[in-house]
Amino acid sequence: MSTAQAVRMTNDAASPGGENFQVSANTEQYLTFILNGEEYGVDILRVQEIKGWDSATPIPNTPDYVRGVINLRGTIVPIIDLRARFGLERVPYGPTTVVIVLKVMHGNASRIMGIVVDAVSEVYNVSQQDLKPAPEFGGAVRVDFVKGLATVDQKMVIILAIDELLNSEAMSAANAE
Amino acid sequence: MTIDMSKFLDTFFEESAEGLDAMESGLLNMQDGAADDELVNTIFRAAHSIKGGSATFGLSEVAEFTHHMETLLDELRAGKRAVATELIDVLLESVDCLRALLAASKSGAATDPERARILSQRMGKMLGAAPGHVVQQQAPEGTVATAGGAAQGWRIVFRPHAHLYRTGNDPVRMLRELAELGDYTVACDTSRLPRFADAQPEDCALAWTVELRGDIAEKRVREVFDWVDGDCDLTVERLAATAASAHKSALPVVEQKAVEPDAKAKAPEQKTQSQDPRAASETSSIRVGIDKVDALINMVGELVITQSMLGQVGKDFDMSRVEKLMHGLAQLERNTRELQESVMRIRMMPINFAFQRFPRMVRDLSQKLNKKIDLRMSGEQTELDKTVMEKIGDPLVHLVRNSVDHGIEMPDTRRAAGKSETGIVTLNAFHQGGNIVIEIKDDGAGLPRDKIIAKARKQGLLGADEEPSDDKVFELIFMAGFSTADQVTDVSGRGVGMDVVRKNIKALGGTVEVKSESGKGSTFTIRLPLTLAILDGQLVSVGEQTYIVPLVSIVETLQMKREAISAIAGRAELYRLRDEYIPVLRLYDLFCIEPRQKELVGGLLVVVEGDGKRVGLFVDDLQNQQQVVIKSLESNFKRVPGVSGATILGDGTVALILDVGGVIDASRQATSPKGFGTKQAQVRAA
Repeated sequence: MSTAQAVRMTNDAASPGGENFQVSANTEQYLTFILNGEEYGVDILRVQEIKGWDSATPIPNTPDYVRGVINLRGTIVPIIDLRARFGLERVPYGPTTVVIVLKVMHGNASRIMGIVVDAVSEVYNVSQQDLKPAPEFGGAVRVDFVKGLATVDQKMVIILAIDELLNSEAMSAANAE
Repeated sequence: MTIDMSKFLDTFFEESAEGLDAMESGLLNMQDGAADDELVNTIFRAAHSIKGGSATFGLSEVAEFTHHMETLLDELRAGKRAVATELIDVLLESVDCLRALLAASKSGAATDPERARILSQRMGKMLGAAPGHVVQQQAPEGTVATAGGAAQGWRIVFRPHAHLYRTGNDPVRMLRELAELGDYTVACDTSRLPRFADAQPEDCALAWTVELRGDIAEKRVREVFDWVDGDCDLTVERLAATAASAHKSALPVVEQKAVEPDAKAKAPEQKTQSQDPRAASETSSIRVGIDKVDALINMVGELVITQSMLGQVGKDFDMSRVEKLMHGLAQLERNTRELQESVMRIRMMPINFAFQRFPRMVRDLSQKLNKKIDLRMSGEQTELDKTVMEKIGDPLVHLVRNSVDHGIEMPDTRRAAGKSETGIVTLNAFHQGGNIVIEIKDDGAGLPRDKIIAKARKQGLLGADEEPSDDKVFELIFMAGFSTADQVTDVSGRGVGMDVVRKNIKALGGTVEVKSESGKGSTFTIRLPLTLAILDGQLVSVGEQTYIVPLVSIVETLQMKREAISAIAGRAELYRLRDEYIPVLRLYDLFCIEPRQKELVGGLLVVVEGDGKRVGLFVDDLQNQQQVVIKSLESNFKRVPGVSGATILGDGTVALILDVGGVIDASRQATSPKGFGTKQAQVRAA
C-alpha cells in the first residue's frame, strides 16, 4: 500500500519534470531495448531502474514466462521474460542481459514489475505525429500490446503498451480471485 | 494569512470518533451506577470538544446538535437532573445521530436533518420538563419569536477562572469582539485582585460586567465565549430582564427554539456541500504511547553503539579480535531482535478497542429481545496487532449477537430452569503462547444438540443412524447455510454467519472452536496470531529452493522408514504414523522443481496440518527455524495457490511461504495430470 502510494507520488512528481526535458509538449521519450534483433521502446517515465540479471525465485503454477520474483530493496518484484512472453526462442542469459524494472498501471493501482530483455539500447525523442499505429498483423501478434511504430534513423522501433502487455489475461486472470 | 483547515479536519474526525466512543461507554457506565462526577465530566468534555471543533470547521449542524446535548449534560453535571433511563436513551441515540452526522460530513454525503431535529426536540422537551424549570418553560415558549430578535440588550457577567491565560485566551480580545456587536459599557470587577506581593502574573483575577445594548441574538453573544466555556463563570441575562429568565440553564430552551428553523434552512446548504464528495482519505493512523516510542529510541541508541563497536573491530581486523567480533555480532543480534519486538509493539493496541462496542450492543439487543443480560469483560488490556483487531471486529459482533439471541434464554425460562433471571455473557481475552485467545461465553441453554443432529440428518450431512461425538456435532454449526433457529429474527438465525465467522478467522490465521453443555451455556474460543506481519517459520529446502513452512501448522518432522511407506495404485503414497495413514506429498512434484532426493526411504517428512487434514510434505532438508517478515506477493503480482506470501532471507534472496491449507487443496487437484504445477522445469533451465 505504502509502496504503491510512494510510487504514485514519484510519478506525479516525475511527469512535470519529464516535460522539461522534452523538446516540445508533443514529444515523448522512450527507452529502447533489443529483443531478438528488434528494437522495442517503453515510455521512459515508467522505467524505475535497470539492473543486471540475477537469479529469481521461481513461483509454482505460473506461466513459463514468469521467471519468478526478486527482492528489490525489500519489495517482492515479479520478473517476466519478454522473449518467452513473445514466444521467441530461448537464449542463455549473457552479460548484456538486463532487467528493466517498470511501473505498470493496473486500474488505479500501480505495480512494479521487471522484464528481462537482451540488451538496452537508446533513449529516443519521438513526437506524437511520428508514432504510426500498428497495422493488423493477423493472428500472429496481438496488436493491443503495441502502442505504435516509430521510425528513428531509418529503423523501426516498436513502442510497447506495457500496461496491456503486463496485465494481459494470463496475469490478471488469477488476480481476479 | 489563511490556514488550510482541511489538514486538521481529519484529525478532528478521528478525535471526534474517540470522543463519541468515550461518551458512549461513559453513558453505559452511568446507567449501571450513580453518575459520579468524573464520569459526567468526561462525557461533558467529549461533547464540548466536538462542539468546539465542529464550530471551528464550520460544521454548523453538528455544532448545534452537540450544543443541545451539552446543555442536557451540563444540567447533569450541575446535579440538577437525576440519571434516568430515558435520559440515557436520548443521549445514546444522540451519540448515534452525532456519529451519523460526522460520518456524513466526512464523506460529504447528505445528512438526515429530520433525525437530528427530532432528537433535538426530545432533548428540548426534557430540558423543559426538568423539575423546577416548569414555570420558566412557559415563558420562553411564548416568547420564541421575540427571543432571537427583539431583546434590547444583555448583561454579561464574565468571571474567568484563574487559569484562563494559560489556556491561551485573552479576555481583551473577547471584550473587543463584544464591542463589535453593539453599544456597550463595561465595568471591571477588581475585588478578587490579591495584594501586589501575592500577585501571580499568570493568573487572572479580574472579572467584568458588560452591558450590551442593541438587537443582538443571544447566540452571538455566547459565541464570543465559546472557547472559554468551562474556564469561566458566565452569566448572560437580558437587560431589564424579568425574574423568570435569570437562570442560565433555562436559556438554551429559548435558543433551541430559535435555532430550529435555522436547521431547516441549513439542509439545502448541506446538499450543495455534498456536490463535491471529499474523497475520504483512507490513511489510518494509530496513537502510540510515549513509553513505546521511548523504548524504541533507546534501542536504536544501543544499535548505534553496537554498530560503531563493530566498525572499530572491523577497521584493522586480525584473528586475535575474532572473539570481540563474535561478541559484537551477538549483541547486534540481540539489539535487532529487541528492536523488532518494539516496532511490532507499536502496532499493538489493547483489545478494548474491539470490545468497547459490545456494552452498547448488548444493551440494545437485550432491550429489543426483552432479556436481562449482564455483559462482563475481562482482559481488555490484552494487546493485539491493529490489523488483526480491525478484522476481528465483525466476527466478534456476530458471536456476541448469537450468544445474546440464541444463547441466553428468556427470563421466565431461566427462572424455570432454576437460574438467575439475568443471563451472563462473558468476553475474555488473554495471551497464550504466541497467540491471543478470545472467549465468548454465555450461561444460556447451550447448543441444541438434538436439533443440530436432526437438522444435519435432514440436510444429509449425517447418516440416519450415525451417533456423532459432541465435537463433531458442534462443528456442524460452522457449515454454510446451517441454522437451527426456529425463527429467523432480524438479530440472527439466517444461517449465514457462523461459516463466515470461521472463514474470516481462518483468513487471519486463527481458529475458532465451540464447547457447549446443555442447560449450562456455551463457550466460543477464538485463537489468533498476535500479528500478521511476522511468522515463525521452519525453513525447508527442496533442490535449490528454500520454502518456509509456518511453524504453527507443523505437527512433527520425521525420517521415513521403509516399512511404513505404502502406496495405493502405485500413485497415492501413504505413510503410517502410529495408527494413522498420512498422504505423502512430494513438494518438488507439486512445485515442479528438481530435487536432490527422490527416494522416500530415509527422506524427511514434515507432517503438517491444515483445515483439519494432515499431510506429510517430502522435502530434501530442514534448515533452521526463524521468524520471517511476511511480504505480499499480491501487491506486485497476484495470488498464487499454495503460497501465502514471500519473505526475504538473510542472503537477500526471496523465499516463498507455504500456505499449508492451499498446498493440501492443490495436492488433491494434482491427481489429474494437468493440475497444479504443470509449469515445466525448463523455465529455470536457461
